[in-house]
Parts: sequence; structure tokens; C-alpha cells
Amino acid sequence: MASISVKNVVKQYADGFPAVNDISLDIGDGELMILVGPSGCGKSTLLRMIAGLEDITSGDLFIGGERANDKAPRDRNLAMVFQNYALYPHLSVYENIAFPLRLNGNFSDDEIRRKVEEAADTLELRDHLERKPSQLSGGQRQRVAMGRAIVRQAEAFLFDEPLSNLDAKLRGQMRTEISRLQRRLGITTVYVTHDQTEAMTLGDRVAVLRKGVLQQVASPRELYQRPVNLFVAGFIGSPPMNFVPAEIEGRKVSLPFVSFEVPQEVADQFGDRQLLIAGIRPEHFEDAALVDANDLSHSVSFSAHVDVTEWLGNELFAYIPFETSREIHDRLKTLARELDSESLRTQLVVALDAGSRIGPGEDAKLTFDASKMHFFDPVSGDNLTRELAAVAS
Amino acid sequence: MNVEAAPAPVGAKYSDRAVGERRLGWKLVAPAVLVMLAVTAYPMLNALYLSLFSYRLTDPAGREFVGLRNYAVILGDSLWWQDVATTLTITIITVVVELVLGFGFAMVMHRIIFGRRGVRVSILIPYGIITVVSAFAWRYAFALDSGFVNQWFNLADKAWFGERWSALFVICLSEIWKTTPFISLLLLAGLAQVPEVLQEAAKVDGATWWQRLFKVTLPNMKAAILVAVLFRTLDAYRLFDNVFIMTSGAQQTETVSFLAYRQMISRTALGLGSAVSVLLFLSVLLIAALFIKGFKVDLSQVRGG
Amino acid sequence: MKQRHGAWTVLGAILIMVWAISPVIWIFSLSFKAGDDINNNRFWPTQFSLENYDTVFSTALFTSSLRNSIGIALISTLLSVAIATVAAYAIARLDFPGKRTVLSIALAIAMFPAVSLVGPLFNTWRTVGLYDTWLGLIIPYMSFTLPLSLWTLSAFFKEIPWEMEEAAQMDGATPWQAFRKVIVPLAAPGVFTAAILAFFFAWNDFVFAISLTSTNAARPVPAALAFFTGESQFQQPAGAISAAAVVVTIPVIILVLLFQKRIVAGLTNGAVKG
Repeated sequence: MASISVKNVVKQYADGFPAVNDISLDIGDGELMILVGPSGCGKSTLLRMIAGLEDITSGDLFIGGERANDKAPRDRNLAMVFQNYALYPHLSVYENIAFPLRLNGNFSDDEIRRKVEEAADTLELRDHLERKPSQLSGGQRQRVAMGRAIVRQAEAFLFDEPLSNLDAKLRGQMRTEISRLQRRLGITTVYVTHDQTEAMTLGDRVAVLRKGVLQQVASPRELYQRPVNLFVAGFIGSPPMNFVPAEIEGRKVSLPFVSFEVPQEVADQFGDRQLLIAGIRPEHFEDAALVDANDLSHSVSFSAHVDVTEWLGNELFAYIPFETSREIHDRLKTLARELDSESLRTQLVVALDAGSRIGPGEDAKLTFDASKMHFFDPVSGDNLTRELAAVAS
Repeated sequence: MNVEAAPAPVGAKYSDRAVGERRLGWKLVAPAVLVMLAVTAYPMLNALYLSLFSYRLTDPAGREFVGLRNYAVILGDSLWWQDVATTLTITIITVVVELVLGFGFAMVMHRIIFGRRGVRVSILIPYGIITVVSAFAWRYAFALDSGFVNQWFNLADKAWFGERWSALFVICLSEIWKTTPFISLLLLAGLAQVPEVLQEAAKVDGATWWQRLFKVTLPNMKAAILVAVLFRTLDAYRLFDNVFIMTSGAQQTETVSFLAYRQMISRTALGLGSAVSVLLFLSVLLIAALFIKGFKVDLSQVRGG
Repeated sequence: MKQRHGAWTVLGAILIMVWAISPVIWIFSLSFKAGDDINNNRFWPTQFSLENYDTVFSTALFTSSLRNSIGIALISTLLSVAIATVAAYAIARLDFPGKRTVLSIALAIAMFPAVSLVGPLFNTWRTVGLYDTWLGLIIPYMSFTLPLSLWTLSAFFKEIPWEMEEAAQMDGATPWQAFRKVIVPLAAPGVFTAAILAFFFAWNDFVFAISLTSTNAARPVPAALAFFTGESQFQQPAGAISAAAVVVTIPVIILVLLFQKRIVAGLTNGAVKG
């Protein structure tokens, strides 16, 4: 097992497009590092450079402290699980899992059998060893691909969107399974995904990429509570953070639906900016009717017109449309495009307790905790109040 | 550079790699292109050149430049037009029959589950068999001395090869037997691409079996049908083997291909024969162009079938 | 499928089989007729005889032509498929300008009327000394089987999951191992299919065979069959020709029986999933 270290790595294609731009990242021994971002952010390219399937244009790659830039993939001793599993269609499940051992050439047939069966037991593939990959279900294929990775003593695991071809339910199960396996084996892992839920649930640390540039590397908690910019804030969390225009006048902040005052230390961060983008997570709103009046000390209350609600059993989503300036609207539209989503209209998404009685078409009385808000520079997208953001225990 | 090393030359710079890939690509296709053109482009140009001379192999000294006179001779000769008519007749009859028959076969093969393998094996035998063998089989079946057809159908001593239309009938029969499998397999591939759900939708919409066939199935197979028809038309137009074996062009059954062969090889009239070859080539070109322009056959579809 | 077979489908299947097989049975039957039986005007022989087979196998015209046919068809198939495999690999896998042009040339040649080349080739081959030689037939067979092989193979190669190569490298394979253990087994069925189709073409050809050969040195079976007629001995050649026809049909039947799925897939360029 080994640490993996990436220093100022660049991948530039023939047309000059930098798919990966000056990324540095240290992945500790036994750590599970997630590379996450929307499609085209360079996460897969970075993984393939670590694997040795793409050349590194400039910068250095160290595996276990050794420079690995010029090593062939086979000499790096990494195991990889591909998005479409890349199972050899002409080989049985047994032979697929045994393939790396056979290539190695140092194992007797007995040893191979023992190792393959051990891996098959771990992944509950015992009954399928003699089948061909085409006879397996998606989940089983995925497990065979995992089996091929765990059967040998690799320095590290590389996962390239291993769950994206599974349906939602299976994805959840396999996610837990991968997490369990990784912790048991304690092996260094780099895991690429575009799914923020996978990133949040699996990773020791998560690296968020955007257009080949590293935005933030942090624990899932840190990413959620203290995102460095609009992009990270919008990418992490589901449903995503609400972004609303905020007009600033000293300590007074005016949102489309309410005005309130922020503490001086927050206002100090605004400088002389008069228009900001404020970010509030849907789950930080509450139905005022359900909140004890005593708990309202930090809270800002307001009333707004709800046009649609969705009751999910465990919570209630309410949608509140609002108007905004062309400038902010365009900025949010660009952001949505970068995040691979569609913004059809500017609206507030509010996640409330399932006990809330707010219905569609009603004027609702809501509150939110202003100390959990973020303020972003509308041009650079930087989070101005990141340092002040409360880190909940 | 080895073929297998091409996709991931480790350590190569991106620009070098792109250039290298280009070079490698050209190197790898060069032999194929060379071989394909060596036997087609050069001889064709050679034929074009020779067609401008009066030149017989038996009389090399008498070779003389005559310009387009060979073409005038051919186009002014009723034999050429008779051969064109014969070729077109055979082509139209065989292609139409093969299309209908082939579609029927394709429908059966598409539906059948039990015995699928047996049907496919038997249909591939005519496809794989040597055309000359097929020609002999049909010839002997219809021949006066060895044949059984007259006996079976109480036709007494009907001489099938003694008259133009009956001889053409047997030629077409052999041709149809031999090549319907090809067309039916292409159509089967086309049928497989019409989603079953469309049939169900049409049924729900109240379409009869015939309406489903003509309004749903066939329009969705248009590409496959046109490609099949184009290839078979060109193929039928080159008809040679069956005529050679069955009649040797007697009883006005000579096709254009046979005329070209006869001029060049039997009569060794290289000038005149070359002119026939060029005309044959041009007519095939014309047919292909008509199809591609007229029916908008998308030949890139051929790749997908 | 939900529906059971309709009676029409079963009837159709039987008709297809009868239609496809009966001419073949007829030529088999004819080959077993001896002497006057040939002209019995019946489908079946009254007496079963192997006399015709004795005759053809003791005729130099047939035995040498059989040798020529086998040699020429195998060599041209091998060469054509080797060249096509390399070219199709490049077309499927590499990015270079002119790819489409190569495929268009192949398509144009597939439509080319072979007969119009016979004359010019006849002329050229006589001058360069290829007339009536194996090579003189191998070359045109290669050029006419290349287009089909090229299209079949490049379509097939495009569907090979090439990331397998990467997976193998991650599993510790050298590039050569990745090619031999993963890509070769995946590509082999396609190459094999192309080879069968190319073989059928070379085995079947008559136009080049009859125009570019003149003696037993290179004349293949289809051309020899045509000459049997002229070489009339006492007996009717029909029996001997049938026997010879049966001999050259047997390899075809064996190939079809063994590789039915592959041939269908090759003919329709993989559009029908076998």
C-alpha cells in the first residue's frame, strides 16, 4: 500500500485544451480520496494519469514516494475498476478474476484458486464463477470488476465512476459495500464520481474539480459547511443551495423576500460591494409555526407565497419563486450550466419538517438561521464569509 | 512500431503522438488501398486507352488509332442493344422476384424460433455454392436428355434451351435460387431493426396486418431495402456465369458481360472489347448514381446493415 | 415471444428448406447415376453408383483444378484477410485523414463490374507473365475480397470494447500480452468471418478463372467444369460434372454448417445479433 502524490500536474491535449490544469493533491496511505465534479471537469483524466493510461504533460506523480510519471501501467501495480467494468467477455468470471494473477506468473494454480475463491466469497460471487460476464446482471458484473481489483496486492485502488451504470437502489447498496471493503482492506483509494451523494458518503476527503482546476479539497463536512466558492456550494448538497441576490447597505442585507441586519464582523467582509449573492441551504429553513418562539433568537422570519409543495414522508419541499435582476439571473444561469443542471426559473427551494401543514398557493411564514448563510462575490464567486461560517459539531 | 503498441505509446508527447498516429494509420491502410487499386484503376485506365484503337491480339501490326470509332461501332450495332435489353430484362425480373421472395423468407426467419438454425443453414447453402455448380444443376434439371422437369410437368420434349424466353426463364431461376439468400439476410437485418413496439402501437391504433406491413414495417426498412436492391441490381447486371454454362449466349440470351468477354477473350479484339468494357463500367456507374441520387441511398448505412 | 408459431411460419420454413436444398440434392442424385441412368428423366437414380467419382478423380483436368482451387482460394483468402485486418484496425482505432476515402474506394470496388476488368487484365497479365499462373488469379481475388473484408472487419473492430486493452494493462499486462490475451480472442471471430466470406468469393469465381487461365497449371474447378463439356469422352459428361460439382460443394456445406451464425453476421455486418 502506498500514498499517492500529485504535484502541479497538467494534461494538455493536442489542440491546446488543458483538461487538467496544475493540480496538486496528496493522498495519504489508506485514505479514500474522492475526485468529484460535473462532466468534463478533468476528474477522469486525472485518474487515468495516475493509472498510467494518459501521459502527464507536465508535473510529477509519486506513488509510494517514487516518481511514477514514466512507468508503464503494469509497473505501477494499481488496480482499477472501470465505469463499464471492462470484463473480458471471452473469459469466465473465475478467469476474469484470476487474470491479473495469471499475468503475474508467480502463482501456482492452487494459490490462484485459493485467492480467487477468497475474493469470490467476499463479494458473494461463488455461485457465478463458471459463468460468462454476458450472463450476469449489472450488479454482479460490478462485483466481478471489484473482485479483479481485490484479488491481488495492489498499491492502491482506482475507481472510475464504478456505480454510474447501476440503478439507484443497487447504487446505494454497492456504495456501502465499497466503503466497507475499503475500510477493511485499508487500501489507498482514488474514486472518481460525478455524484455528490457518493462523494459525501464515501470519502475521507473530497476534491472538487471544475474545468480542470482544483476548487477545494476537504472533508465532506467541511465542504458542506464551508465551501470556498459558489461552485462548490452549489455542487455539494441536495437539493442544492439556494442562491438569491442580496443588496447591502452597511449591516443591512435585503433579500427579495426579507431584509435583516447581520453582525458587524460579517458586514466587515463585504468591503464596499453593494450587491452580493447570498446562499442558504434548503434544510436551513423552517416552518415558523413549528418552531418554539424561544429558539428564534438567531432567526430571521418572513412570509412568502408558496406555489408548489412536495411531501416526501420524511420532509416537505416548498417552492417559492422570486424575481431578480438580469445580472444576477445570468450569473446563476451560467453557474447552473457549469453544474450540469437546468435553471428554469429563479426560485427558493425550502426543505421543511414533514409535520408542516403548508400547502400550495398559500402564504407561508418561514424562518431561517442567518448565521448559517454564506455570502458570495457575484463576479469572482468567492465565499466572503467562509472563515466565519459556523462549524457545527 | 507494433500494431499493438500504437494506442498507448508511453512517454510520447501529445503532438508527436498525433502525428505518429496519422503516419501509422496511412501505413496500415496503404497495402489494402494499393491492392484494391492495382487491379481496378490501372486496368480500367488501360482499357480506356485501348478502346481508342483498332487492335486485335492476333494482328498486333494492324494496331491503329481510331478515336471513338469503336464506340460508334458498338452503339450502332443492334447486337449491343439486344444484349442490353437481355441484361435489363434479367436484372429487373430477378431483382423483383428476389425482393418479394427474399422479404417472405426474411419474415419467416424473423418469426421462427423452433428450427431457426435449420432454416438459416439451408438458406446459406445456395449462397455459398459455386454459381457454375448452380448453373449446371438447373441446366441438367431442364435438359432434354438428363432432366426430370419435363417428365414431372408432362411437358413431353419441350426444349427449354432452344428458345429465347424459356432459356432466359431457366437462367433467371438459377440466378434467383443462388442469390435470394443474400437479399433475404439483408432484409432480415432490416426487419430486426424495426422495433416490435411499433407493431404493437400500430395494432392498438387499429391497423390490419397489411397496413402494418406497408405503413409501419416497410417504411422503417427503407434503407435496408434500397441497399439490398442496389447491390443486387449491380450484381445482376454483371450476370455472366449462368449464361456461359447454360447457353453460351445462344438463342439471344447474351448479356453485356458476356459480350465483353467474347470480344476480349474469344475474339481477342482488344480495342473493341475494351470499348465494351468501358461501356459496361459506365452503365454500372450510371445505375449506382441513379440509385444514390434518385433514391437517396445512404451508403454509410451499409456499415450498420 | 408471446405468440406461438403461426401455421404460416412453419409452412414457410418448410418451403424455404425444400427450395434451398432440393437443387443440391438433385446434383448429388445425378452424380450417383451411372451409364444410361443419367438419362432416365427421373429425379433419383435407379441404381446407386460411384462410377462418376472414379472418373473425375482419374481425370487430370479435375484433380489439378481441385489443387489449383484449394491453393489459390486459401492463399488469396489468407493474404486478403491479413491486409484487411491491418487496414481495418487502423480505420477502427486510429485517427487519420483519409479514413472515409479508403472506405469509399472499397465500396466503389465492391460495385465494380469484374467482367470489364477481364480484358485489360488479360492483356496486362500476358505482358508481365502472370497469365495462367496462381498469382495471376490470387491478385484479382485479393482486390475483390478486400472491400467486403474491410467493411466487415472495421464494423466489427469498432464494436470491440477497446478499453479492455487498458483494463489488461492495469491488471499488469504488457502491451503485447494485452494484445494477445485480450484483443486477439475478441477480434478472432470477426477475422474468421471475413476469411470465410473471402474464401467463398475465391472459391466461387468463374469470370477471372476462365479468362486468365488456359491450362491445368492454374485453372480452378469452376473453369474446369466448363471445359469438361468440351472434352467429351464416350459417356455423357453430365455425370462426371455432377460428381465434380458435389466434390467442390462439400467444403461449402461444411463451412455453412459449422459457421452459420458467423456468416449471417458477416453478411449483414453485425446488424443481426447472432
